[in-house]
Amino acid sequence: MTQAHAAPAVVADKLRRTYGDFVAVDDVSFEVAQGEIFGFLGPNGAGKTTTIKMLAGLLLPTAGRGSVAGLDILTQSEAIKHRIGYMSQLFSLYADLTVNENIAFFSGLYNVPRDKRAARHDWAVQMAGLADQGKRLTGQLPLGLKQRLALGCAVLHEPKILFLDEPTSGVDPLSRRRFWDLIDALTQQGTTVFVSTHYMEEAEYCHRLALMNRGALVALDTPQRLRAGVREPLLELHTSDGPRAVEALKGLPQVVETSMFGRSVHVALHQLEGAVEAIAARLAERGLALTASKPIPPSLEDAFVSLVRAAGGAPTG
Amino acid sequence: MTAGAPVAVPAPPVIRVDGLTRRFGDVTAVDALSFNVAGGELFGLVGPDGAGKTTTLRMLAGVLRPTAGDAILGDVSVARDPEGVKHEIAYMSQRFGLYADLTVLENLDFYADLYLVPKRERAARLERLFHFSNLAPFKDRLAGKLSGGMKQKLGLSCALIHQPKILLLDEPTFGVDPISRRDLWLIVHDMVAQGVTVVVSTAYMDEAERFDRVALLFEGRLLAVESPQALQDALGGEVLVVQVEPARAARDLLRRHPRVKRAALFGDKLHVTVASAADDAPLVEQALRDAGLVPGSIAAEPPSMEDVFIERMTEAA
Repeated sequence: MTQAHAAPAVVADKLRRTYGDFVAVDDVSFEVAQGEIFGFLGPNGAGKTTTIKMLAGLLLPTAGRGSVAGLDILTQSEAIKHRIGYMSQLFSLYADLTVNENIAFFSGLYNVPRDKRAARHDWAVQMAGLADQGKRLTGQLPLGLKQRLALGCAVLHEPKILFLDEPTSGVDPLSRRRFWDLIDALTQQGTTVFVSTHYMEEAEYCHRLALMNRGALVALDTPQRLRAGVREPLLELHTSDGPRAVEALKGLPQVVETSMFGRSVHVALHQLEGAVEAIAARLAERGLALTASKPIPPSLEDAFVSLVRAAGGAPTG
Repeated sequence: MTAGAPVAVPAPPVIRVDGLTRRFGDVTAVDALSFNVAGGELFGLVGPDGAGKTTTLRMLAGVLRPTAGDAILGDVSVARDPEGVKHEIAYMSQRFGLYADLTVLENLDFYADLYLVPKRERAARLERLFHFSNLAPFKDRLAGKLSGGMKQKLGLSCALIHQPKILLLDEPTFGVDPISRRDLWLIVHDMVAQGVTVVVSTAYMDEAERFDRVALLFEGRLLAVESPQALQDALGGEVLVVQVEPARAARDLLRRHPRVKRAALFGDKLHVTVASAADDAPLVEQALRDAGLVPGSIAAEPPSMEDVFIERMTEAA
């Protein structure tokens, strides 16, 4: 069970990694509590993978310290590798092996003690919902079941920390909910879960989200507080021509950013007061009609874009 | 084009899909799909991996022969004249062929040559594509050195270097960060504003609300074809977002409650699907209080496309 005062499962203390002049990870510090589902968000090249590799004992930091499950990432990286599990959308189960054979293979790979293998095997097939299907070829399973089997295989050795990389991307929504129920059950038993994703629907399942940009940590909070923290009011506009309206509103002093959402235009503003009038006037100047406008609440994606923008924009590469 | 809101009176269909079917051995990847796409419509094929989205798009693009049924694009049949279809369309597959060792500009020039774009039209088309893609500063960069999001934008720009009547895009936003995703949508909407008919596939349920109409696909079958709003209105249910501690115990309790269809945990909040928010919210609150769980807040939200999809999947099963 999660304990309020238990030692943190993961500590990153001014973690830094450079490649020549390039600073991939820039003094990143955070703590993750035991049993927490911790999300890592950021554009490609933001430093998420480099940070995770340092924590997983796969890459030495240039500076800074860290610990995983109480083990030092600088001196105990070998031991750390036995305490962690990893699963991604591309996690390679062997399609031409049966369910049972895949589980046996990963039991061996993760050095699950021989006297525990039968019990862990049963646990994995139960969890994946594959109890009577051990002899089925893995390649013939529906994607949702494959994901659950992949998760089962990734945690056969009962890791303290589980790293997930877009684990449910492409899975149907019902299977996704079942998958996250399984994750929740693991956290209840004290497993700490690190999720790296681009996928806002997946980020919503996290207890807290760390947003990285250009190697730095720019925000760390619950999904709800990140949304509430968006300072720029948002308007949804219906116009005669969305893309032309986006173009026309660029550079208007009240406007921070514009984007298309369906046929409507979403506008982030410095302030709401007087904005609709200014927008209507600018659109009229360009021969465009504004047929409707209304304030809208920020989505997690709006929060993400707003924070990345405030931190100096996405990397240019 | 008409104004911001979805097209009220549908234009005559530009794509007519009639009993379209594709089998691979024993597997029916696409099972007798029938739907129309109106001229100038932004149409979504929405479903998880394995739903048949890619197979459908490949048949529409004339690169895969249907086993049965047909699709008429413009007035060309994909079953009878798959080569003829290629003049009507631009098609961006998931593995769009960019040349990694050519620069951004060289790739665009290459596709302009391939599609026989007249030299005098190229400058204007390039300027327009650069305008929305934000790729101009990188025109001399090798395509192989671009980030994932920028590669997708370049692929889309290459597909659009000629003036297609119909644009078919297979999961253009897959794995793309939210900022690049916004640029991609702008490029797509620029085409829509010019009257191009666009069919886009996605596994991201939260993108479904961006389309004029969506076809929900699951395991090769069509679950529904409607506007997102109509699908949400037809759901006959609402979602209560409940803040309560401990959320997990509340979820388990509410899953056994007769008025609750589904309860799912998202981070520290619960999504509870009920028939009517007004009628059921007090009952849900009472059930929680009876168990000693005092909710911090209960708010009604419209159902998401994820809720719609789960409902339709469950009905079809």
